[in-house]
Amino acid sequence: MSTHETTGQTQSLTLVQAVRDGLYTEMSVDEDVIVMGEDVGKNGGVFRATEGLWEEFGDDRVIDTPLAESGIVGTAVGMAAYGLKPVPEIQFSGFMYPAFDQIVSHVARLRNRSRGRFTCPMVIRAPYGGGIRAPEHHSESKETFYAHEAGLKVVMPSTPYDTKGLLISAIRDPDPVIFLEPKLIYRAFRGDVPEDEYTVPIGEAATRREGSDVSVFTYGAMTRPTMEAVEELAEEGIDAEVIDLRTVSPLDRESIVESFKKTGRAVVVNEAPKTGSLAGEITAIIQEEALLYQEAPVNRVSGFDVPYPLYALEDYYLPNAARITKAITETVEF
Amino acid sequence: MSVLERDPGDRVQVLDEDGTVVGELPDIDDETIVQMYHDMVLARHFDKRAVSLQRQGRMGTYPPLSGQEAAQIGSAHALGDDDWLFPSYREHGASLVRGIPLEQTLLYWMGHEAGNKVPDDVNVFPVAVPIATQTLHATGAAWAASLKGDTDTAVLCYFGDGATSEGDFHEALNFAGVFDTPNVFFCNNNQWAISVPRERQTASETIAQKATAYGFEGVQVDGMDPLAVYKVTRKALEKATAAEPPDSGRRPTLIEAVQYRFGAHTTADDPSVYRDSDEVERWQAKDPIPRLESFCRDRGLLDDEAIEAIESDVADRVAEAIESAESVPRPLPEALFESVYETMPDRHHDQLAEIEAIREEHGDEVFFE
Ligand SMILES: Cc1ncc(C[n+]2csc(CCOP(=O)(O)OP(=O)(O)O)c2C)c(N)n1
Ligand SMILES: [Mg+2]
Repeated sequence: MSTHETTGQTQSLTLVQAVRDGLYTEMSVDEDVIVMGEDVGKNGGVFRATEGLWEEFGDDRVIDTPLAESGIVGTAVGMAAYGLKPVPEIQFSGFMYPAFDQIVSHVARLRNRSRGRFTCPMVIRAPYGGGIRAPEHHSESKETFYAHEAGLKVVMPSTPYDTKGLLISAIRDPDPVIFLEPKLIYRAFRGDVPEDEYTVPIGEAATRREGSDVSVFTYGAMTRPTMEAVEELAEEGIDAEVIDLRTVSPLDRESIVESFKKTGRAVVVNEAPKTGSLAGEITAIIQEEALLYQEAPVNRVSGFDVPYPLYALEDYYLPNAARITKAITETVEF
Repeated sequence: MSVLERDPGDRVQVLDEDGTVVGELPDIDDETIVQMYHDMVLARHFDKRAVSLQRQGRMGTYPPLSGQEAAQIGSAHALGDDDWLFPSYREHGASLVRGIPLEQTLLYWMGHEAGNKVPDDVNVFPVAVPIATQTLHATGAAWAASLKGDTDTAVLCYFGDGATSEGDFHEALNFAGVFDTPNVFFCNNNQWAISVPRERQTASETIAQKATAYGFEGVQVDGMDPLAVYKVTRKALEKATAAEPPDSGRRPTLIEAVQYRFGAHTTADDPSVYRDSDEVERWQAKDPIPRLESFCRDRGLLDDEAIEAIESDVADRVAEAIESAESVPRPLPEALFESVYETMPDRHHDQLAEIEAIREEHGDEVFFE
């Protein structure tokens, strides 16, 4: 089946290039994988995440669709059930809502409804998150909607290496995966990415920094300001551990609990609106599994409970190093 | 016979590409024609300046309108005082005709919510970014006008060729047909939805013909011919407000205005990746502004002097609007929580306090590093 040659080489890629490389690699090894969406073909995606794929794999595998998200995801359900592995792109996560009915009513439930006779192995990719000075509906972080839905997995990578490995895992996963890409850091830095196929397991968090005073749980684009804050605090003698969740559904309970038992203190950093966000779920896990280790209340540094603002106000909305530093300090000093 | 009663593929034209009259003129006075010319020049100049502001980092992503002036200005001028307008996001020209100050349009694209606060006496809905969603709002507003007996009110709604692929478009036109709502659905078919050509949106020969399936008239018009656009829109609005036969009462219409976007989809887009310059040049030959200019000169409505006066007036107005938009200070953090609910809930007070505590401790700059 594979026409893909292994090289053993490593390339230095940005996160969005790693998305592209993950798609390219998996399309090369599995001809059932197809990419579909708005502007993914000749244009190579509005963020260039599918650049060159149309030239390489042609019209039947890299498909510019009509402008209709329900159409994209709904037809992908039929394709997946029939035996393809569609990877629909939704141009911005803020435009997933026309497809929301298909996602929650069918993508998430087809396996369950048909008792396994039909399944929906697809990966719905979408850039999410703020900080890029974009117009309305281009900056939201609404992963909670999908994490709330049984039958879906939700992945949110923060490094180029993880992005490629998690994307390949997602495409190979027998269940549907919502793959939310942190567009703020699409091009912010480069990382080493193997040219060959490899996977990073879904559902496993990564420790970005080991520490003993406090556990900071974060994911996606918020990993950056979090690291900035903890590096600064290290100079002041606060030794924070940073856990990058990488998958927000299912959450890696084991890693969360293990880290918390070590530090007894936790801060959660995410850009989703605070009320109902996954920060609450992480807090509940700690309550359920490590109450007796707890030394301080769990501190949540999240987005505010407002519609994501236009860009003149977004710097007040997004968690920044100052807010994170303050929360960590308060938690440690409690 | 009404101009709307025709084959949906029989495109209405009044001026040819050189501005020569080739179709029956609409019922319109000279003053309005000159005003339309003025507004098209203003929209074009505004657009040019807006793109350059974005390039200089003085404005965020901006969707240019150049090439689409006739469709916007021609249709907006056809509206009556009681009519409503439901735009998408590219209709800065139509908005200004309807009374939205240029300064506000600039402010919006400069990232200020205040820019989307339409003045109280202006019946224009805010910008709708999610494609095609506004078509349903337009149907609902028109339906309400009809239910409340507002016989003089019609509702004009803009959307793109790409928008016709969304389910909302179907639902909006279907409701309109079923409930005889006083709508004019105005499709700005500029041939492209970002990089996706019109042919990839629908296998129908025209967009106008889709109306047939919803049980009402669809008409195609040269969207780069301001007089044809005015004529067709005016007729459709009259039909929407007609109380009696022979126009068979209030009925919706779908207008497909065939046109071209000369520039990028937005300032974040590079059209050279997906279309060739030959195509752009072919459409540039249909530029609505020289067409109307030549018509006006032939009729003695404009001469060099008058055109110069218009150009300098337009330059001044845009310069003033830019100065005034740029002098608006960055909103304070409390603006984040403004107008989310009628009354600010407790948790918003707490969250605002969180921001204020940081500003007090570290200064405002810490948010903008
Ligand atoms: C529901 C939704 N999906 C995707 C987008 C992203 N997007 C913005 S404009 C656009 C193309 C719109 O094309 P068309 O309807 O022809 O209007 P035009 O921009 O050409 O005026 C797309 C895909 C969006 N804004 N909303
Ligand atoms: Mg278009």
